[in-house]
Amino acid sequence: MKKSLGLLSLVFFLLHSVAAAKDWKVIRFGVDASYAPFESKSPSGDLVGFDIDLGKALCAKLGAKCVWVENDFDGMIPALQARKIDGVLSSMAVTEKRKRQIDFTDLLFVTPTRMVAKTGSNLQPTPESLKGKTVGVEQGTVQEIYAKTYWEPKGVNLVSYQNQDQVYADLRSGRLDASLQDEVQAQKGFLSTPQGQGFAFAGPEVEDNEILGTGAAIGLRKSDQDLRNALNQALKEIRQDGTYQALEKKYFDFDITPK
Amino acid sequence: MIDLIKQYWQPFLWGSPNHISGLAMTLWLTVISCAIGFVLALPAAVGRVTGPSWVRWPIRIYTFVFRGTPLYVQLLIIYSGIYSLDMVRNTPGISSFFRDALNCTILAFTLNTCAYTTELLAGAVRATPRGEVEAARSLGLAGVSLYRRIILPSALRRALPAYSNEVILMLHATSLASAATVSDILKVARDANADYYLPFVAFGIAAVLYAAICFMLIWLFRKAEQKWLMHLSPSQ
Repeated sequence: MKKSLGLLSLVFFLLHSVAAAKDWKVIRFGVDASYAPFESKSPSGDLVGFDIDLGKALCAKLGAKCVWVENDFDGMIPALQARKIDGVLSSMAVTEKRKRQIDFTDLLFVTPTRMVAKTGSNLQPTPESLKGKTVGVEQGTVQEIYAKTYWEPKGVNLVSYQNQDQVYADLRSGRLDASLQDEVQAQKGFLSTPQGQGFAFAGPEVEDNEILGTGAAIGLRKSDQDLRNALNQALKEIRQDGTYQALEKKYFDFDITPK
Repeated sequence: MIDLIKQYWQPFLWGSPNHISGLAMTLWLTVISCAIGFVLALPAAVGRVTGPSWVRWPIRIYTFVFRGTPLYVQLLIIYSGIYSLDMVRNTPGISSFFRDALNCTILAFTLNTCAYTTELLAGAVRATPRGEVEAARSLGLAGVSLYRRIILPSALRRALPAYSNEVILMLHATSLASAATVSDILKVARDANADYYLPFVAFGIAAVLYAAICFMLIWLFRKAEQKWLMHLSPSQ
């Protein structure tokens, strides 16, 4: 009797979750909590950051329940397609290559790419200026693909690291002449910290829609058009009622709204 | 999957002339670190067994340290740790050596495999039957020629099966090289995975390549055992 009751409740639970998934009462977002200030973990273990607050605001508008699923960044798209998650809300840049696999909502924010080097190095983010120099990037990022495509064939030494902290460590030790990464991350995670003393942005922001993408958005399965429309509508609403602007102010002292 | 293989088969196997990667890099790391490690381990093993205490103790401490800590930690200390010291950066010759990631990786791998090989060979030297040494002495052999003609040839033969294990473990250990930015097989597999989101294919190719090298090594060592350990094979 006990066993069948357990089985019965399991069946109900499964039925419930299937039904819930269909009319989006629960949205499971994949997040890689290693990218402050967008998504990271507080000392108490809670997920915090701009993306997290943004996701909560979107779910509130839709009357849905947000469930956060932690996942490594390079496993996000496989997890999405295996239906382990319903959306990727983890500063994922919209690129042509990713668009072939998945769909994206409207842009959440723009995060320009910018190079960092020693203060006064006069380096520019061009292959001519960087010829013979060594540039560090994080493996799997759009910046790595960009530097591999445009810089490496023209005589720039490119070194890929497993995470961004190692890039900064070798930039400080002098192995690297420059590093290429997200501008906001570089500002918050390196230049404004004591470790970033003596370093500065080198040259202007790097622009390239094909590889670097136009900004970050929520990644969705191509089949879930209803969810995409709902999230886009909710995004429009939180921009109109000022929720988005309040969150932006909480985390950044400059504008990251897509133009 | 076809696209992934089309784009990455060359980095997986040898890369480009000015950027060696994949299989070629993994083979190079294994061969060079095992070769230097073996050459250094030979005198170290003899010193470990028969040297005076001022030779024995430093070797003992060295093998204790390098066998007692993970290779990953040794690699990080040599790659990141040493180069962050001002003393190293300000000495021209040493600085240019440690600046290069490949040098640091080969140094870490060599020191590690040398420590294991030293202990392995020392054990084989210790296991030399007394009778062999006594017979050699009765024929007037002593010192270097005793080692060169009697003890080392028989000790190296005894150590061969265990040493083949060490080389295969070293091959597997080279997959740590990507932590120091060296483009070995695993690094290329990670690139391919990040590019195409096909983890099974990308890491599967890496596994097949490692297994292929491993089978080649096993075959080579079997040939070597057939040649040098012929006296141990069952008589026909």
